[in-house]
Amino acid sequence: MSSKQNREAVIDPLLNNNPIAVQVLGICSALAVTTKLETALVMSLAVIVVVSLSNLAVSTIRNYIPSSIRIIVQLTIIASLVIITDQVLKAYVFDVSKQLSVFVGLIITNCIVMGRAEAYAMANPPLASLLDGVGNGLGYSLLLVIVGAVRELFGAGQLMGVTILPLVRDGGWYPANGLMVLSPAAFFLIGLAIWVIRTMKPELVESE
Amino acid sequence: MLEHYLSLLTKATFVENMALAFFLGMCSFLAVSKKVETAIGLGAAVVFVLTVTCPMNALIYHYALREGALTWAGMPETNLSFLNFLVFIGTIAAAVQIVEMTLDKFLPALHAALGVFLPLIAVNCAILGSSLFMVERDYNIGESLVFGFGSGLGFMLAVVALAAIREKMRYSDVPAGLRGLGITFIVTGLMALGFQAFAGIQL
Repeated sequence: MSSKQNREAVIDPLLNNNPIAVQVLGICSALAVTTKLETALVMSLAVIVVVSLSNLAVSTIRNYIPSSIRIIVQLTIIASLVIITDQVLKAYVFDVSKQLSVFVGLIITNCIVMGRAEAYAMANPPLASLLDGVGNGLGYSLLLVIVGAVRELFGAGQLMGVTILPLVRDGGWYPANGLMVLSPAAFFLIGLAIWVIRTMKPELVESE
Repeated sequence: MLEHYLSLLTKATFVENMALAFFLGMCSFLAVSKKVETAIGLGAAVVFVLTVTCPMNALIYHYALREGALTWAGMPETNLSFLNFLVFIGTIAAAVQIVEMTLDKFLPALHAALGVFLPLIAVNCAILGSSLFMVERDYNIGESLVFGFGSGLGFMLAVVALAAIREKMRYSDVPAGLRGLGITFIVTGLMALGFQAFAGIQL
């Protein structure tokens, strides 16, 4: 495998083949953690780690997995990796781990992890699969971080807990947009992001 | 006592709707909401599986996994709660398999109606999510039964409503880039906004 292909495996999922906006995978466990940039970042990191390591592990043993039980094998690998991630988060960033609550566990059923293991890692060598995992994790993070930043900035006037737009409540000029903190805002933002991506890339437009 | 369960049921169904408030089960929510008929099939399957798996996982959690749960076996110090994820997903996959086989044998009509949705929802985040919520909120077995049923009902309500809207939307002129997925997200957002009206209701 040439280095060009390797580079493509990482770059392609960022925009051309973004897991959330184009492949529609992994929206489930993600949107609820985007009210703040900090939780979005930690969640992104956790997903990148899990998806790349699970791709690596599945790809390494892909020739020894009987195809009739491959789903169970993949689930077990993913669940074990998520347990490790959860324990690490609990040990080092306990506050954020509390805020993420059940959503760390829900990485197990995140379609990106399962989807990449099934679609890519089962048919490709370990290094390429690892890079594919990193790329897809990054593509997922990209959207997550954008949504998280917009929601925290306009909902609370802050980024990473640092005040950017001083709120009226604290004597500043910016009236907080309460809608941004509520769950519907995430749907609107993702919908708009998809609109932007598809306007830039008309070949992705769905025919109805 | 009954009041407590009723309040939990309304809360799980409307206020803390799985799909619209917690974004759980989004993948199948978006994929299977093109037609009302299939949406009802998926919704029924989710209600069914949630009502079975949630109390089942509660049982396992209370008597095998949580801190001090193994006191009955003479091991009061053991804390196996780090195994939660692995055990829950295993239970769900097994339960879905058993439910599918039982339905195939005894209720073939229902099995045909639920069809492909049964295996699909083994990896639906709403199912695992409600088991994890059960742990986090410390529900007992009765509560988790009600909670599982309520969340399933809420999911079904949301997915059928969305499917109905999408069927009507076929007659509208949506901007090219928004067609399909984009507009579905915006519609779901508006529905979630509507469901916010239930917030704070207590029976």
